[in-house]
Amino acid sequence: MDKETLTEIPALADIGQAELRRRRLERMLTVASPFLVLFAWELVVRAGMLDSRIFPAPSMIGETFERLLLSGELMAHLSISLLRIGAGFLIGAIPGVLLGTAMGLSPLLRAIVAPIVASLYPIPKIAIFPMVMALCGIGELSKYMLVGIAVFFFMVINTYTGVASLDRIFWDVGRSFRVSRMRRLLTIALPGALPMIAAGVRLSLGVSLLVLVSAEFVGAKSGIGYLVWNSWQIFDVEAMYVGIVVIGALGWIFFAGIDELERRFLPWATANRH
Amino acid sequence: MSLLPLEFETDAPADAIQAPIIVLEKVGKRFLTKAGEYEAFADFDLTIREGEFVCLLGPSGCGKTSLLRILAGLDSHNSGVLRIREPKGDKPFMSVVFQENSIFPWLSVRDNVAYGLRSRQAASAMVDQRVDQLLETVGLTGFQRLYPHQLSGGMKQRVSIARAFANDPQLLLMDEPFSALDEQNRSLLQEELLRIWSLSGKTVLFITHSIDEALFLGDRVVVMGGRPGHVMADISVPFPRPRQQYALKASPAYGALVAEVAELIRLAMQVSRA
Repeated sequence: MDKETLTEIPALADIGQAELRRRRLERMLTVASPFLVLFAWELVVRAGMLDSRIFPAPSMIGETFERLLLSGELMAHLSISLLRIGAGFLIGAIPGVLLGTAMGLSPLLRAIVAPIVASLYPIPKIAIFPMVMALCGIGELSKYMLVGIAVFFFMVINTYTGVASLDRIFWDVGRSFRVSRMRRLLTIALPGALPMIAAGVRLSLGVSLLVLVSAEFVGAKSGIGYLVWNSWQIFDVEAMYVGIVVIGALGWIFFAGIDELERRFLPWATANRH
Repeated sequence: MSLLPLEFETDAPADAIQAPIIVLEKVGKRFLTKAGEYEAFADFDLTIREGEFVCLLGPSGCGKTSLLRILAGLDSHNSGVLRIREPKGDKPFMSVVFQENSIFPWLSVRDNVAYGLRSRQAASAMVDQRVDQLLETVGLTGFQRLYPHQLSGGMKQRVSIARAFANDPQLLLMDEPFSALDEQNRSLLQEELLRIWSLSGKTVLFITHSIDEALFLGDRVVVMGGRPGHVMADISVPFPRPRQQYALKASPAYGALVAEVAELIRLAMQVSRA
């Protein structure tokens, strides 16, 4: 090799156009892919390759959806389920945040309560549903209570984690300004813990949907879970799928809703995400 | 009562013996650690008079931060006598500017600066006026509605300084507030600090491990060192005000003083290591 000659490294004309094209394609595929799947599903059922008694075509599910919507049945079930989730959420979240805050501020209280919470929390809520029904009857209260219990655990744990793990320095600021305990709680502890509390709300809504649907399978005569279970029992498979889709959509709406609320009210916490 | 007089007070109260506002006599601090007792500092003597800008200079680990926490009321001393002059009326004794970012992420710049005042339930018209004044002095008027996550490190420290001054304390404690900043920002903020200080007539205890910073800012430099920490020297800084960074560094007297102090620090570190 001739030591005197230098090899040229060529310049590249691409300053990022290829990357931009790739990203655009990715975005299009993300949006299109669910539709492509539905389309493929439709074709496969029409061609007779899937048994439509178990996997009805999307068009058939769509027709049933329209039927249930127009008859008011869907909205009735949906509103009952939403009411149960809403009431259960309040029943669980309010005591949860209160206890969690107290635990976050008092290491002594935390030492006593945290182990109890930790051991009760992994118990599947549906397993205690019979016990809840024995205590609260088989009416609406038992559903509210079951959701409430599930929500309570998430809210306690997230709240006390949020309060306890708040950077020491913010407490130092409060104390150096000789701020009273109550004011420190309201102006430092709560705002500081809010991101963790919001995460708790997100988890709670997800879990309450799960818990409620399974409770409605076995212990209700109304609600989306009942729609799914009952439809299966009477072989109205399309109606079952409508219920499943609605549950999925609800979950998505809850999550997207909390995301949006966080972006609006907690911009300082979400600023460094994704 | 206006915090910042409109006229610039040019003459320093050089000859008048100002009343002391804080006196430490043989103050000591010990901690109980897993390895046994640890003495942070001992036999610490210091008197700070009203209107003085005192720099506490020492290597890392000599107990400076422990001392500041005691003066800020966040910790207690274990031996010796600590006396302070209680402020008249509603004024707090001291405010702290911490080394790390300590402004609340959930409050805007304006609300952060107003925090100490609002906690004391000061009249809201007065609060607005003082906050406006201070924001203008630190050059953040245009940024007052922004949140900390939208600010640079230097701007955050300015908010911290404005907040401490806004509270109108008798004594300002500053714990290496500029050490996390780059050199350019650091010089800028040092000059701004001197400007605010000279307009306000407050007393400042400024902790640093930078010799240049101590000599530029202080009327007095108290060199702290050794293990346990104690006062190694109490040097009167002879340079007249207002001081200019570059002019100062060019003067031979400055160089000699830096050398003297540097030797003291080196001694302090050797003792610590022993």
